[in-house]
Amino acid sequence: MQPVLEVRDLSISFTQYQGGTRRRVLPVIRRLSLTVTAGEVVAVVGSSGSGKSLLAHGILGILPYNSQMEGELIYQGQPLTPQRAARLRGREIALVPQGVTYLDPLMQVGPQLRRGRRDAGARAESRAVLERYGLGRETEERYPFELSGGMARRVLIASAALQAPKLLIADEPTPGLDARAAGRILGHFRELAQEGAGVLLITHDLELALTIAHRVAVFYAGETVEEAFAADFPAGRLRHPYTQALWNALPGNGFTPISGTQPGPGEEGPGCPFAPRCPRRAADCAGDIPLIEAAGGRVRCLHPEGGKTP
Amino acid sequence: MNGFNRRRAALCLLVLTLGLLCAVTAAGTLLAGQAMVTDFTRKNLPPCVPFLFGTDWMGRDMLSRTLTGLSLSIRIGLLTAAVSAGIALLVGACSALLGGWVDGALSWFVDLVMGIPHILLVILISLAFGKGFAGVVAGVALSHWTSLARVVRGEVLQVRAMPYVQVAEKLGLSRWAILRRHLLPHLLPQFLTGLVLLFPHAILHEASVTFLGFGLPPEQPAIGVILSESMGYLTTGKWWLAVFPGLSLVGVVVLFALLADQLRRLLDPASVHE
Amino acid sequence: MSLEGKNLSFAYRRQGRVLEKLSLTLEPGERVGLTGASGRGKTTLCRLLAGYERPDRGEVLLDGRPLGRWRGLCPVQMIWQHPETAVDPLLRLRDTLSEAGGVEAGLLEALHIQPGWLDRYPAELSGGELQRFCIARALTPGVRYLLCDEMTAMLDPITQAQIWKLLLEQAEGRRLGLLIVSHDSSLLQRLCTRVQTL
Repeated sequence: MQPVLEVRDLSISFTQYQGGTRRRVLPVIRRLSLTVTAGEVVAVVGSSGSGKSLLAHGILGILPYNSQMEGELIYQGQPLTPQRAARLRGREIALVPQGVTYLDPLMQVGPQLRRGRRDAGARAESRAVLERYGLGRETEERYPFELSGGMARRVLIASAALQAPKLLIADEPTPGLDARAAGRILGHFRELAQEGAGVLLITHDLELALTIAHRVAVFYAGETVEEAFAADFPAGRLRHPYTQALWNALPGNGFTPISGTQPGPGEEGPGCPFAPRCPRRAADCAGDIPLIEAAGGRVRCLHPEGGKTP
Repeated sequence: MNGFNRRRAALCLLVLTLGLLCAVTAAGTLLAGQAMVTDFTRKNLPPCVPFLFGTDWMGRDMLSRTLTGLSLSIRIGLLTAAVSAGIALLVGACSALLGGWVDGALSWFVDLVMGIPHILLVILISLAFGKGFAGVVAGVALSHWTSLARVVRGEVLQVRAMPYVQVAEKLGLSRWAILRRHLLPHLLPQFLTGLVLLFPHAILHEASVTFLGFGLPPEQPAIGVILSESMGYLTTGKWWLAVFPGLSLVGVVVLFALLADQLRRLLDPASVHE
Repeated sequence: MSLEGKNLSFAYRRQGRVLEKLSLTLEPGERVGLTGASGRGKTTLCRLLAGYERPDRGEVLLDGRPLGRWRGLCPVQMIWQHPETAVDPLLRLRDTLSEAGGVEAGLLEALHIQPGWLDRYPAELSGGELQRFCIARALTPGVRYLLCDEMTAMLDPITQAQIWKLLLEQAEGRRLGLLIVSHDSSLLQRLCTRVQTL
């Protein structure tokens, strides 16, 4: 089956001034590859500041002015150029953004959902979509500041769902919500996937991602280090030592940290960026590490978990 | 990546405009004597090689007069903009830091001053201070601080509510230390840009008031005086008496606006990485 | 010897009542978890107990004295969910840390703060890295209670586990009282001596 979205070797870098007038290029995302097929929820999991939000902005063609993008984006079999992204975003490709600030503060929810359409059909549609997400009729007349965090989040999802998107990108949709509200929100994404959309969920919260995602791409220092099935996590079939360390650090599992910190953009040495913290590191980790197929998923590691310890 | 870039260009342009303005000021000061020299053997000359801007009905060199006028304008602009910015800083900071009825009263006063037409206010204050140099400086300085005061007030209120300022308070930093470490550095870019943007305003208003006869005395070769005197000769075809001084004034104002623009480009976070 | 909130009531001007007659006591060495649905006033309670906000009714007492009367370093410090807002973007982190008086070198090392980060500006570091600085700053001598408002909610699990491991050691060694706000019940289970639901 043809995937909805294919990302091949995507790199995004920033040009920044440093100390007055010297300019430097900061690579934030390097060699990112992933695919999303229809009916599937794919989670991209990485820590804050690892540049994962930029992936969403890159796909939608809304990167900031001082950034450059390289690599291939393929949507429904055709290259996704910035022009094409501009045509499709808000229609076939929808974003559920991180913050409530993405709603127009001066516009009531109803007109905001209808986007300028005033006919009876549009009214019925917007009412139906609000109802679907458990928001009453009175929500239409409210302004964004009158909504609670959870309600605003549901309005954002309603706005995306109204367009019946083929690809839905959700950027950190749950922070600030309690476990029940977050679970409900994520449930809505799963529903949209069941209706045939491909869902790309970008988050730092591995636990929540595992509750709805089919597959998980793990992000470390700007690279995808592993693509795993959600079921691989509890089953102990993880491939990359970093993914394993993430899993072991969850409060519900071992709550055991490994030492050291993730290198920032431009600080990675040659070779594997995880090597300095890795229990399985070997001499060849300083070279180039390709993304290889392993046990149905993919891993960027020469000595993956499950293999022999060097 | 370290060749020519937007930031360097902005810096070069900044230095260039600054240099040009300094040069005009210096030249005007040096030529002040020459601007007053009358010589009836060369009166009413149109622009030619020895007198690039021509001469007037008393045979005075218009180039020297224009440069002297501009340097006077720039010096008055500097003085009034500095005083205005000082008032703005004081009023804005007091308004935001003291709050309560002080804020209410000061904000009301700012609105009041803003509500009076600018030129009217400048004329009234200038008259009250007895016209002349003191009148112009007081008039322009006391009427131009309002919008910058609002900017300062808004900025201080915003920074003060930031968690990092609240944390600093809880860590036991004194009010003075918080002002110096957290408030002033945030205020500086806004303040500097506002200050430079005040110059062209101040210069134009000084010239207008002088032109209308409520400012500098007629014996001083100010741009306003030159323009107002030339009015009588325009109908007789002596166009150079108004055109060159007028254009130079516009040029100086544009230079200042350019200066402020480059400054903002260097300091504004929204364009800092362009 | 404790931090007490007595019958605290608080309302934001527009949103109406957030807290109604709430009482909570935090003893030295105790780690109290605070959980509850969004919008129940967990953050507001932290802000009241840290003295950032005055309650409409009720009082906050530290060792029996109103908290508002303390001058200088406040023995109750709050650690915010978003460290990006809690450090001055125009100050190098070395200067931000110096506001807390000296911080022991051992502590920086234990928090995995690399010496090179000290000379950087906040925009050059990630949320997790900045949060380490906020914690180092809050652990200055003289602080006895820490209010941690969703302190690690935005961080990855490894950083979260690292930070809590260190903070628990410090709390144990210095008999700090901790109030830990979180939505994550398994995290609270790991950390707290008791959990209160708002």
